[in-house]
Amino acid sequence: MIPMVVAERVHKSFGHTEVLRGIDLTVETGQVVCLIGPSGSGKSTLLRCVNNLETVDTGHIWVDGQLMGYRVGGSRLHRLKERPARQQRRCIGMVFQHFNLFPHMTALENVAMAPAVVAGEDRDVAVARADALLKRVGLAAKRDAYPRQMSGGQQQRVAIARALALQPKLLLFDEPTSALDPELVGEVLTVMVDLAAEGITMLVVTHELSFARDVADNLVFMDGGTIVESGPPARLIASPAHERTRSFLSRIRAEHTGIS
Amino acid sequence: MSQQAPLSAPDEIAPQRHLGRWATAAVLLALSALVCYTLFANPNLNHGVIDHFFFSQAILHGLVVTLELAVISQVAGTILGLLVALLRMSHNPVSRTVGSLYIWLLRGTPLLVQILIWGNFALFYKHITVGIPGTSLVIASYNTNAVLTTFVASILALSLNEAAYMAEIIRSGLLSVDPGQREAARAIGLSPFQTLSKVVLPQALRVIIPPSGNQFINMLKMTSLVSVIAGGDLLTQAENISAANLRTVELLVVASAWYLLVTTVASIGQALLERRFNRGHTAVRPRRLRRAWRGLPA
Repeated sequence: MIPMVVAERVHKSFGHTEVLRGIDLTVETGQVVCLIGPSGSGKSTLLRCVNNLETVDTGHIWVDGQLMGYRVGGSRLHRLKERPARQQRRCIGMVFQHFNLFPHMTALENVAMAPAVVAGEDRDVAVARADALLKRVGLAAKRDAYPRQMSGGQQQRVAIARALALQPKLLLFDEPTSALDPELVGEVLTVMVDLAAEGITMLVVTHELSFARDVADNLVFMDGGTIVESGPPARLIASPAHERTRSFLSRIRAEHTGIS
Repeated sequence: MSQQAPLSAPDEIAPQRHLGRWATAAVLLALSALVCYTLFANPNLNHGVIDHFFFSQAILHGLVVTLELAVISQVAGTILGLLVALLRMSHNPVSRTVGSLYIWLLRGTPLLVQILIWGNFALFYKHITVGIPGTSLVIASYNTNAVLTTFVASILALSLNEAAYMAEIIRSGLLSVDPGQREAARAIGLSPFQTLSKVVLPQALRVIIPPSGNQFINMLKMTSLVSVIAGGDLLTQAENISAANLRTVELLVVASAWYLLVTTVASIGQALLERRFNRGHTAVRPRRLRRAWRGLPA
């Protein structure tokens, strides 16, 4: 079976800043891979490249065997036009740090939008699916609430339901719990644990080490646009091989235990 | 050591007197009464004439033209304004420059002058010709005066001018939407057009509608400028009548009263629209009428 995600020598710059400097990464189908690293290390950019929200400068990213952002024409790569690029994106669900729910729509409308508008499903079918998804994230009762009327944790769960609405083969999470009050982190992580148990392939940028240890098949530490090391989460957390990993982990732990 | 005073005070609070407020109100009421008196008791102002012309055929016809001018120009100006706003926000530097130049030109010259230019367009171009430049192929050719009637010239002047202002209002509205919204819309596979129409614009409207309402109220009054090219609007009609019967003041009162009535209705409409587009932003729905009245012009 081909891996769900293969990144090969991926480089990406914004202006003169090189954000990704040769990333090689593989996510097998059904795996959960967690990305950790200090801010500015390129984790989010990598995620956005996988989703085709950004196009890589050099190197390749394949998702489910499809080359992202480019098509092969002769001996060269050609940037994908807007329509096929969009087609690639809809097979991948994305959950953002700040939820990015549409504030002028109810929870139900947020979730039903993609199936109804993008996939052209019948309204009734889309609504039924959206209701089922809201139930799955434990928010059936909030279907008619607007994002403003929900807590951060509830909003993020609606955002997860929205990401699932097009039945993606891959889910990307960009620091899904970083913007949440500590007591709301648990409810979002619970939903993510359930999704992992169902066998959905997930690539998760997170600082939640306990989630990484319990759920991830592979933990990747990034710094300065490169992958410093990766491996089974328990081993990497317990005995990191690199000094940079070690100091980052101890910093994260200090923040989480809370030195007040 | 100071002597310890017993801590005791009455419970009752005396009502405040607000003497200044009463005095101000009295002066203002007296002044208002005086103004009303001079208006209604003035022998130079014939109320019979006002009553007679208020619902006259000519005035009502002018009112309809004014409303047509305002509504058509506002709609056309808004659509064109959206296009100019998108030009201004384009990645293409030529598009951006053209958008900026448009706004610079139309906002930098007086509307009255623009109306005069469109009204006298035949002096610039005698014929309007559709064809292929550089060849003798002509698909259609029109006499400018036949195409650009005063009504069409008025519409053109008002809507092209309005577009420049609406472009800036729409642009600021589009920019006010969190970039994360675009991002999320793209991530679920919406096309650029769907992203604009389903996600960005509905949110931008919250920012766009209040100033647009003001624009429309302004537009209702601005249409009176087309009277300089005899546009057939409310003011043109009032002036035509007073040119014949010399009742200038009475007819200006008639026109003003109609403008006031129409702008009042527009203000209420604006308040209701704003409420509609605040969905998801207010937990409690404000009472319909209270909101509507708050939007009345001062």
